[in-house]
Amino acid sequence: MRWATGNFDLIAELTLNHVRLAIIPIIASFVLSIPLGWLANRSKVTRAIVITGGSLLYTIPSLPLFVILPLIIGTRVLDETNLIVALSIYGVAIMARSASDALSSVAGPTVDAADAIGFSPMSRFLRVELPLAGPVLLAGIRVVSVSTIALVSVGVIIGSANLGYLFQNGKQRGILEEVVVGIVISLLLALIFDLALVAIGRLAMPWNAGSGAGRRLWLRVPAPTPEPADARADTRSPA
Amino acid sequence: MIEFQSVTKRFPDGTVAVDDFSFTLPSRKTTVLVGSSGCGKTTLLRMINRMVEPTSGQILIDGVDVATQDKVKLRRGIGYVLQAAGLLPHRTVLNNVATVPILTGVPKSEARAQALGLLDTVGLDRALADRYPRQLSGGQQQRVGVARALASDPNILLMDEPFGAVDPIVRADLQLELNRLQRDLGKTIVFVTHDIDEAFTLADQVVIFKKGGVIAQSGTPAEILAQPADDFVASFIGADKGGRDLYLQQRPDDRGLTLVVDARGRPVGILDSDSHSDSDSDDDVAAGSALP
Repeated sequence: MRWATGNFDLIAELTLNHVRLAIIPIIASFVLSIPLGWLANRSKVTRAIVITGGSLLYTIPSLPLFVILPLIIGTRVLDETNLIVALSIYGVAIMARSASDALSSVAGPTVDAADAIGFSPMSRFLRVELPLAGPVLLAGIRVVSVSTIALVSVGVIIGSANLGYLFQNGKQRGILEEVVVGIVISLLLALIFDLALVAIGRLAMPWNAGSGAGRRLWLRVPAPTPEPADARADTRSPA
Repeated sequence: MIEFQSVTKRFPDGTVAVDDFSFTLPSRKTTVLVGSSGCGKTTLLRMINRMVEPTSGQILIDGVDVATQDKVKLRRGIGYVLQAAGLLPHRTVLNNVATVPILTGVPKSEARAQALGLLDTVGLDRALADRYPRQLSGGQQQRVGVARALASDPNILLMDEPFGAVDPIVRADLQLELNRLQRDLGKTIVFVTHDIDEAFTLADQVVIFKKGGVIAQSGTPAEILAQPADDFVASFIGADKGGRDLYLQQRPDDRGLTLVVDARGRPVGILDSDSHSDSDSDDDVAAGSALP
């Protein structure tokens, strides 16, 4: 623990930076994937384009991406923006498919009922389909979150100051403790992000509590679902 | 008044659901469209609020062609209840009921206050207002569905097999309740079912369909029971081979009571000689079928 206590400020700074670098791509990929998911469900052709396109994006190795991005978006080679954009691309690659699945998971009869009672196409999408796609969207963004936190470390090769620095520096100087600290904090960050996402899901989707979707692994809190009242408990039904 | 004028619906796969259908549904009455699956009854219902567009022909509501109206506006002005209620699973009971008024711009607090009143109307405990649909029984969900359809105070209620998914006892309750509501509200109700007994229980006017949207017979329940138009109708309503006929029987041990039995000799009730009321009560056989 000697190295860790002696370098507390460095660790804190790198951790905060790591969090910031992860949050932006996670949010960006969530926001960008929703219109892409919508587009994918319009026709077979758009679906093929979005899903195949996403898979292809994910196969781009990160090193060449860091090299190419400055040429495309006009940033400096060591600019942090390159890392954020690259991570957003990987995030969208995963999330577009999830968003498409999420939107098509909404029950057909519910969508039909929404039409029949007079939702306009836009309000149906925003107020019925999008919220009901929530559980599957949440599952997707949890994967993106974990993957992004892991990938941020790679940014150290283009000079980004994040937990990846501990791996690189620890290895070069032969300080095992430094590497271990980096790994442990990365894992903790991934865990905290995941718990936060589940908690946000709980708050945003109260109707979903106890149905299983938001309740996995460590968050096994018994859901306070009231027992469905029996039909006969209908006090006003005619005798 | 809802008028179908020479309405034809041909689906892209070539199936003709309805062919040259003309019929008028009277205002403030309950018209039940009944027939086996694939007879086009649901297609006809869904053409009224433009969920299905006719291939040719017109549907007029009080003389106005629905095709000339904005779909979304039209639908907001027509109550719609469907099987398993079609409730929005992510909204509470109260917000489900208030959905359409809020869509049309009624302030939320006002819409919710009115929705609470509607829970009373359909016989639901106000304590259920904050539950989500999946926390309710099937019968309660259907009541919420009816309350939601009434929320914009529409003149027309379309009901697409709304009670198909609940058990027979709850269904009977819901049917009685709907009849009670209809006596108070006097809506133009179009009700689709494949259950002929449900049709007779609810209808002012019954329309029995053959395949392809062809009317086998239309009329009041009594007219149809008394004179089935053909063998198809007789068999559909179970009146073939005397199946709907009721007989009076007096048995020696019954101390003067008159038993009413069906065609198979199965007792269905006791003849109440004092009462010839217009009661809706099911066990009052004297007000039900004609006795031969």
